[in-house]
Amino acid sequence: MPDVVFEARNVTKVYRTGEVEVHALTGVDLDLYAGELVVLLGPSGSGKSTLLNILGGLDRATSGICRFRDLDLTRLDEKALTAYRRRYVGFVFQFYNLIPSLTARENVSLVTEIADNPMSPHEALELVGLGPRMDHFPAELSGGEQQRVAIARAIAKRPEVLLCDEPTGALDSHTGVRVLEAINAVNKELGTTTAIITHNAAIKDIAHRVCIFADGRIAETRVNERRIEPAEVSW
Amino acid sequence: MRIMTGIPALDRKLLRDIVRIWPQALAIALVLASGVATLILAIGAYRSLEETRRLYYAEYAFADVFATATRAPRWLESRIQELPGVAVAEARIADYAVLDIEGMAEPATGLAQSLPDHKPSVLNRPHVRAGRIPEPGASGEVMVNEAFAKAHAMQIGSKFVAVLNGRKRPLTIVGIALSPEHIYAIGPGDLMPDHRRFAVMWMSEQALEAAFGLDGAFNSITLKLADGAREAEVIERLDGMLARYGGTGAYGRSDQISHAFLDAELKQLAALSRVIPPVFLLVSAFLLNMTLQRMISLEREQIGLIKALGYSNAAIGSHYLKLVALISFIGIAIGFALGTWFGAGLTRLYGKFFQFPFLVFERDADLYVIAAALTLGAAVIGALRATLGALALPAAVAMRPPSPHRYTRLPGEAWGLYRSISQMTVMSLRNMARFPMRAALTALGLSLSVGLLIVSLFAFDAVEAMIDATFFRSQRQDASLNFPNETAYRVIDDARHLPGVLRVEPFRKASVRLKNGNLSRRLSLTGKPDGTILTRQLDSDWLPVAVPEQGLLINRRLADVLNLRRGDLAEVELLDRRRGTRWVRISEVIESYIGLVALMRIDNLNELLREGPVVSGVDIAYDTNQEAALYREIKRTPHISSIELQKNALKLFRATLAENISMMTSIYIGLAVIVAFGVVYNSARIQLSERARDLASLRVLGFHKSEVARVLFTELALLALLAQPLGWLIGYWLSWITVQSFSSDLYSTPFIIETATFAKASLVTLAATIGSAIIVRKRIDRLDLIAVLKTRE
Repeated sequence: MPDVVFEARNVTKVYRTGEVEVHALTGVDLDLYAGELVVLLGPSGSGKSTLLNILGGLDRATSGICRFRDLDLTRLDEKALTAYRRRYVGFVFQFYNLIPSLTARENVSLVTEIADNPMSPHEALELVGLGPRMDHFPAELSGGEQQRVAIARAIAKRPEVLLCDEPTGALDSHTGVRVLEAINAVNKELGTTTAIITHNAAIKDIAHRVCIFADGRIAETRVNERRIEPAEVSW
Repeated sequence: MRIMTGIPALDRKLLRDIVRIWPQALAIALVLASGVATLILAIGAYRSLEETRRLYYAEYAFADVFATATRAPRWLESRIQELPGVAVAEARIADYAVLDIEGMAEPATGLAQSLPDHKPSVLNRPHVRAGRIPEPGASGEVMVNEAFAKAHAMQIGSKFVAVLNGRKRPLTIVGIALSPEHIYAIGPGDLMPDHRRFAVMWMSEQALEAAFGLDGAFNSITLKLADGAREAEVIERLDGMLARYGGTGAYGRSDQISHAFLDAELKQLAALSRVIPPVFLLVSAFLLNMTLQRMISLEREQIGLIKALGYSNAAIGSHYLKLVALISFIGIAIGFALGTWFGAGLTRLYGKFFQFPFLVFERDADLYVIAAALTLGAAVIGALRATLGALALPAAVAMRPPSPHRYTRLPGEAWGLYRSISQMTVMSLRNMARFPMRAALTALGLSLSVGLLIVSLFAFDAVEAMIDATFFRSQRQDASLNFPNETAYRVIDDARHLPGVLRVEPFRKASVRLKNGNLSRRLSLTGKPDGTILTRQLDSDWLPVAVPEQGLLINRRLADVLNLRRGDLAEVELLDRRRGTRWVRISEVIESYIGLVALMRIDNLNELLREGPVVSGVDIAYDTNQEAALYREIKRTPHISSIELQKNALKLFRATLAENISMMTSIYIGLAVIVAFGVVYNSARIQLSERARDLASLRVLGFHKSEVARVLFTELALLALLAQPLGWLIGYWLSWITVQSFSSDLYSTPFIIETATFAKASLVTLAATIGSAIIVRKRIDRLDLIAVLKTRE
């Protein structure tokens, strides 16, 4: 039996602004397995970011079941969700979200200081190929380098899952490939369950599985018989 | 449907912006309001009292010159009237009497003043509040001042006994009045008005002539000067005419005790209006600058877009200045209301303290216009830099996101100074280092709040020091008995035999004018024997100083106003019966906070006056168990004109000052809290909006709300702590300025600030800081993580 890390059943999410209701998710069923790399593909507004936020404990489902292993995420309060993120989840965002007043090493230390069993910041940054640049501030790094620092920060605590929301969205293809290489390396070497959201179809082939989103639900799930290396991706 | 039809789009944006930032706008408006309110309160109260006094003096013909003599013939009055510069002269009889009030053990003092029989008073007319003036010749009728009547719940028909010129006289109150001469009704030697123990008594001229043996004579005269007359010249001539009749030296309004006290009070109000409001205006300008800068920086792209659409710099600039103006108008409106309300309250408080028959509330439009203009000016200056910065950017540049802030390592990082500090704390420190100006101004704003609190609170320390120095180290007698005339030394023995008296120390007083070149002061020169215990003189360290064998001791205030130092020679003009001028050397400058003090050996003073051993009164210590018997005996003793009771004086001193200081202190503490709150709240809100992204990132990374809030609050806490020493310095300096401004010939304030005052000031500002931090914390907790993280930096 594959080791299920995430289990989502009939998950819906409705946003209410005044009298307007937006149905961001309309009943999503999804299992994510330990160690796999999944790409969640779909156009803007298809619900993939919403699902990622629910899985990552940044948001709560309106209805349905969402479990991380034995933890029912829908029943956790604010404090418990924070603890869940602290312990189990690594995030990577489109716009890096590094702390500008801390160096690369310090941005990673931010997380290792509160983790139970972290790797050293040096080790995390080496993993993403940024050993020589660890004492630079974000303003002194390129976009790709900043994103790789963000990845190092996300994995330094040895999370069970790595959730990446459009990690290459703000980057050119060459730089984006380097970022994908870093994510792929993390997935391979640490065995971290990884989910990547993207609207860029070129990326899907690096994944074990691809979930295609449309209109708030998973329209199709495909298994890649053959995975390609990030270096083979171009857009 | 178009909402707000007719309002230009930019103005609609303005109104919506104000609603969006309403807590910050209100915080700034309240600081502005504080400045406006203090200005209106102080100047409004000052003008109201000034005008009230002016009208009162004019309507009731308050005299310009006052003089006393031992006994002058009536016909002299018309000669004095004819002196050049004199418009009106009115002679009268005035003298002190001991009063025996039923139900009050201690004797009181009354100042009996005659009212002309068969014609109305020309000068210093009493304002009759109830009843009537005494009938001509009615020796048992008296009209008393309202404060005395109220203190004893006396009405028309009430009775008491006065010892007039050694004879007991039962008196019945037929009238209750106020007088411009006794707005501040204070007994001889008293520090504060004691309405229970001091009465002004108006009686028939005939009655007082008979009582004091002054038939066809007078012992007091007041003058109204003609327009353009020179007071000094009139006084010179008047003294010349009264010298042979025992004149003690005429004086003008500035030396008239009631007028002098009221003047000192008005001077303090004026000083208040100069010191406090500028502090608030400064803080307001800084807050507006900070808030507007942030706002413009957040709207940078919008500004670029608006420029690209074709709006001129003037249009955009005026948009932001309108925002500033709107916040200012809100502050000004609140300030007007608060200032008017507090000003009226303060005026009423003064009206209660000083005896005015009416109160004029001055609401000059110019005061409000000036307050509004100053406030608006400060606000616009504060906002100008931010606005000009926004306008300087070309549209295309403005529409691009600004380049990211560059941070650098902290000093000492290379040597591992911060190794043991968490990254969160490093974030806070580097943010402060990146924006040093903003950090400095936030700390400065907070330190001004601390300074304001110290200025408010140190008054208590100063008053306690005054009390300690005056009542416990210097004037330690239980009572002082004053005699109507200089009396031979043997009266000391008589005083020793009064019930319960433990010690008697004589003193002599003489009216003199002390001069140094063209500087001079009229004062009472006191003579005391060597080795007095009940009264002592203190040096600057508050250690006792003996009365020197030769020479004069003067207090610091007198030394300063006459520019005299130890060893200098001073000219002493003896005003009593014009006994000429002597030269005396200054032996020592002593510390005394009450009045102008000049002291020498009693033998030397008597010699200076070319008289034998005589005394003006005695200081006594007595057994309090025999107090009642002592009082009874004093009331029976014919040759005591007045008595000062120290414990009463102390009680009254504390009560009066406590009431006055407490109200002002409460207002200032409230205002200082507003400043602290305004500065911290705005700083925290601006930081929150600038660092929302960082804080949201931390939440995503798994930091709890309290941990994330610490990032913001660490910086605020550090700034608040840094602000304390600076605030102490500012408070020290402002208090020193206040002491200088409040100093007068009547009393000076010691410059003493207890350590506890500094601590209290810091505690209050830190509490206000924590309070605003708690409010901002709620916003941190409500950060929409997803929304913040999705937006591009």
